[in-house]
Amino acid sequence: MASTAQTKQRVEEIEPFEAAQEIEGGDVVLIDTREPHEYQEAHLEGGKLVPPGLLGDEIAAAAPDKSARTILYCRSGNRSYIAAEQMQALGYEDVASMAGGILAWQEQGLPVVAASGLTPEQRDRYSRHTLLPEVGVDGQLKMLNAKVLLVGAGGLGAPTALYLAAAGIGTIGLVDDDVVDASNLQRQVIHNTERIGTPKTASARATIEALNPDVDVVEHRTRLDASNILEILSDYDVIVDGADNFPTRYLLNDASVRLRKPVVSASILSFDGQVSTFVPYEGPCYRCLYPTPPPAELAPSCSANGVLGVMAGTMGLLQANEVLKLVIGIGEPLIGRLLLFEALGTRFTELKVRRDPHCPICGDDAPEIPESELGKFPDYEAFCAG
Amino acid sequence: MATVRIPPVLRPQTGGQTEVEAAGANVGEVLRALTAAHPDTESQLFGADGDLNRYVNVYLNDEDVRVLDGLDTAVADGDTVVILPAMAGGR
Repeated sequence: MASTAQTKQRVEEIEPFEAAQEIEGGDVVLIDTREPHEYQEAHLEGGKLVPPGLLGDEIAAAAPDKSARTILYCRSGNRSYIAAEQMQALGYEDVASMAGGILAWQEQGLPVVAASGLTPEQRDRYSRHTLLPEVGVDGQLKMLNAKVLLVGAGGLGAPTALYLAAAGIGTIGLVDDDVVDASNLQRQVIHNTERIGTPKTASARATIEALNPDVDVVEHRTRLDASNILEILSDYDVIVDGADNFPTRYLLNDASVRLRKPVVSASILSFDGQVSTFVPYEGPCYRCLYPTPPPAELAPSCSANGVLGVMAGTMGLLQANEVLKLVIGIGEPLIGRLLLFEALGTRFTELKVRRDPHCPICGDDAPEIPESELGKFPDYEAFCAG
Repeated sequence: MATVRIPPVLRPQTGGQTEVEAAGANVGEVLRALTAAHPDTESQLFGADGDLNRYVNVYLNDEDVRVLDGLDTAVADGDTVVILPAMAGGR
């Protein structure tokens, strides 16, 4: 075609339908040579983003095998052609540019991964999420549609709520009947000095609303008890246990097993923390791990014994990580595993937790609970005092 | 020798130590070596009947001894025994 002598090897151009056939067949590296905002709007499934200006730095990671079949595309076919020339100069042996780009691809009715459902503001706000292939627009939409209940808006609840709100969890419920105290502020970073004396749920709401207007905050300014727990829990997809007492922890476990709601549970004391994820009937429940609570003298609280402030952040954010994985449906949640963190030694320890076949709540012999009895629970105050 | 990890609630009884070395052929012997060296830990670990208190979980390395052979679970040199009571602190 070219009339002048060419030092460059010409780039192979293929039509979108040919590219689609090759992608369908597998064994193709697909590179998107546009800018991040274009990629977010719509891209080909499996396409790896390598913006033109970053080709020299990023192509080796995106396409490590220089002999592999590699298809490049951009918006209309120009940038991908130039990028293909550059790749050939770098020694890539089997590169093709898709003629007409993603515009021609879409004109032919071929499918793209589109950012539908996100507003332009949301595409911008959550771009560092949607750029992650494991999250993408679909994962972000799952977060925006998720309802997460935090039991306790204190040490653990404060960092968990902040990061879940920043991540775009659409509905965050907060259960707490306490007010902000000066002694909370060493670790409860969602509150601040001006809010001393304010209900914790109201203080947390103000911080969350300033951080992310996408989040709908629901205040439950109460303590969980047998009379209200089923009604409160039933609206939510995932429960986060940051309660400061055993009666609430056992009540929450028993109710969440009845309602089959996953619970991400953590606790902190001095320099130590524990975290696990309890998904009813998929793994153990809290009672499988701890069949009975310790006597009061062996169950000190942070208020009586102190806690390093960062323990709340460390363990609370491990809880937030578990929540996001459950919501998006990625990774390996801490189901059947208890993770311990010891801050003085900076040491993590993982222990196995197994379902107890004799568990009175989720075991094989656990009694079926009729609808009329669903909201009736034993006396946890007495159980935990015994 | 095995290493016994001491939880925060028991550290006042071990002089603040977070880990204690203890000898024994099984988990029961290792814990008895611990209570011999630090007698104040005994009533918190063991009931009057000599069994482990139900609210204390004990792990050999990463496995709950309840799913192994309980206090009879054999301990090898260099193993870690983790004592783990439930904690409720969240605030």
